[in-house]
Amino acid sequence: MLKDITLGQYFPIDSFLHRLDPRTKILIFILDIVAIFMAQTVESYVVLILFTFLVMLISKVPVKMYFKGLKPILYIIVFTALLNLFLTQGEDLPIFGYSVGITVEGAIVAAKMATRLVLLIIGSSALTYTTSPMALTDGIEKLLKPLSKIGFPTHELAMMMSIAIKFIPTLIEETDKIIKAQQARGASFDTGSIFKRAKALIPMLVPLFISAFRRADELAIAMESRCYTGGDGRTRLKEIKFTHKDLAATICFLMFFACVIFLDFIF
Amino acid sequence: MAIKIENLDYVYMQGSPFEKKALDNINIEIKDGEFVGLIGHTGSGKSTLVQHLNGLLKPHSGHVFINEHETTEKGEKLKKLRCDVGLVFQYPEHQLFEETVYKDIAYGPTNLGLPKEEIDIRVRDAARCVGLPPEVLDKSPFDLSGGQKRRVAIAGVIAMKPSVLVLDEPTAGLDPAGREEILSQIKSIYDEGNMTVILVSHSMEDVARLVNRLIVMNEGKVFADGTVDEVFSRGRELRNIGLNVPQVNVLIDELVARGLNINPNIYTVENAKNELIEYFKRIKEGGENA
Ligand SMILES: Nc1ncnc2c1ncn2[C@@H]1O[C@H](COP(=O)(O)OP(=O)(O)OP(=O)(O)O)[C@@H](O)[C@H]1O
Ligand SMILES: [Mg+2]
Repeated sequence: MLKDITLGQYFPIDSFLHRLDPRTKILIFILDIVAIFMAQTVESYVVLILFTFLVMLISKVPVKMYFKGLKPILYIIVFTALLNLFLTQGEDLPIFGYSVGITVEGAIVAAKMATRLVLLIIGSSALTYTTSPMALTDGIEKLLKPLSKIGFPTHELAMMMSIAIKFIPTLIEETDKIIKAQQARGASFDTGSIFKRAKALIPMLVPLFISAFRRADELAIAMESRCYTGGDGRTRLKEIKFTHKDLAATICFLMFFACVIFLDFIF
Repeated sequence: MAIKIENLDYVYMQGSPFEKKALDNINIEIKDGEFVGLIGHTGSGKSTLVQHLNGLLKPHSGHVFINEHETTEKGEKLKKLRCDVGLVFQYPEHQLFEETVYKDIAYGPTNLGLPKEEIDIRVRDAARCVGLPPEVLDKSPFDLSGGQKRRVAIAGVIAMKPSVLVLDEPTAGLDPAGREEILSQIKSIYDEGNMTVILVSHSMEDVARLVNRLIVMNEGKVFADGTVDEVFSRGRELRNIGLNVPQVNVLIDELVARGLNINPNIYTVENAKNELIEYFKRIKEGGENA
């Protein structure tokens, strides 16, 4: 049921990627996106695909998991590919000698777009599979730190994000339990007209909101009674560190990145 | 309403790194009108097991039959099953949602499509069963105390008149007086109606004096199943899996271990007293004879 949804999607094993500083991974991911959108030539795509394969390999996360991540957006990929295939103007590309409205340019654009989307999703999956949500928010907080100089509430933002992320599983579990409890009282959430179904949601939503508010209240009290006063002077249990591993990963990625630039602009 | 569980296995989060086998080859048969205590310590799979009884969870392997009907059935039959087996969840007070207690208790019967008058009778009857005074019916459930909320939730299930009533830890988080009260109400519900009652708990002391059959679970398996006497005769093993057998049973066990010739199957203070008096009488007589 609901609990089968894998949100946050952290895959808790040990690999080189898992041990990297989250900041390194976030920055590499951002640059990877840039590279994916910059890439024009077939060669640079080959380089990017190679890089993605390498990442999948080092992450030690089963390939099956990556396909699982792709599944929900498969339709979008196919749809955009089809649109591009048929709607791009250009030289006609006959299939088995017949003209079916596909153009050479269309085929190229469709292939490019599909590859881009797949690479993007795999890249983001690799990031979330190898980085725990907490490490991710820590990394984002650290990266945004310079902005706090101009009054941007980086710590509060990161705290809100991490609390939200931490409570997703709890809320899903809670929802699951409430649904079951109301089903045990004869509720059905999936029959009847739309109006009826919407009304059937009330027995689920009311307890859920009440429990969410109760939890928020309790959490605030628990945090305050443990002397939480905001970000100033707070230390961490797990300090994130930039190590030689991160250096190696960064250099390795920059080489790929340079390849893409080289193949696109200089070649 | 006979319940039959055959080779039941259940695994949470199958295929993920968090995979957890919660039930492992469970075989249980429960006849009409039994009052069964289901005991086991935290995480032993009690809640998982009872959710199979009304088809909220489906077996990964094995079968669950309620009166010859398998719980994997769908649609109307499943709905029928859900009214036959009334399940009160752990911390049921978290499911209240209506504006008034009356409406909340009426939610179940309304879903059954009963006529208004019948619902009214059932609501009042259920409220009386759990000891809610009539004036509470018009209050908002959110203004009640924890113990009262719990009773409203239990009444909500009783009002559906199930033939099997399953209560998952109905006394969790209540003070001793509230616990006592709820337990005695459950007992009288069992005595008065023709319901099969399954009472889940991790406290031996709570259930031992109510039920006529005990099923002990440990790490997803049935560890012991039998009358209270039969189960308690394994007191030492029970303590080894972290269950609190009644203290007086611990005492008797200790005495037997030190060589006193008394009946080890004792779990109420009253019986212990009688047995010890008998024992001292015997000693005295024996001593005079010698
Ligand atoms: N929704 C879930 N997802 C994953 N694992 C679960 C889930 N619910 C229970 N489990 C696991 O299954 C096992 C049995 O849980 P269950 O809730 O049946 O125990 P219980 O005997 O009712 O315990 P308690 O006395 O604490 O209520 C536990 O180890 C638990 O961690
Ligand atoms: Mg439980």
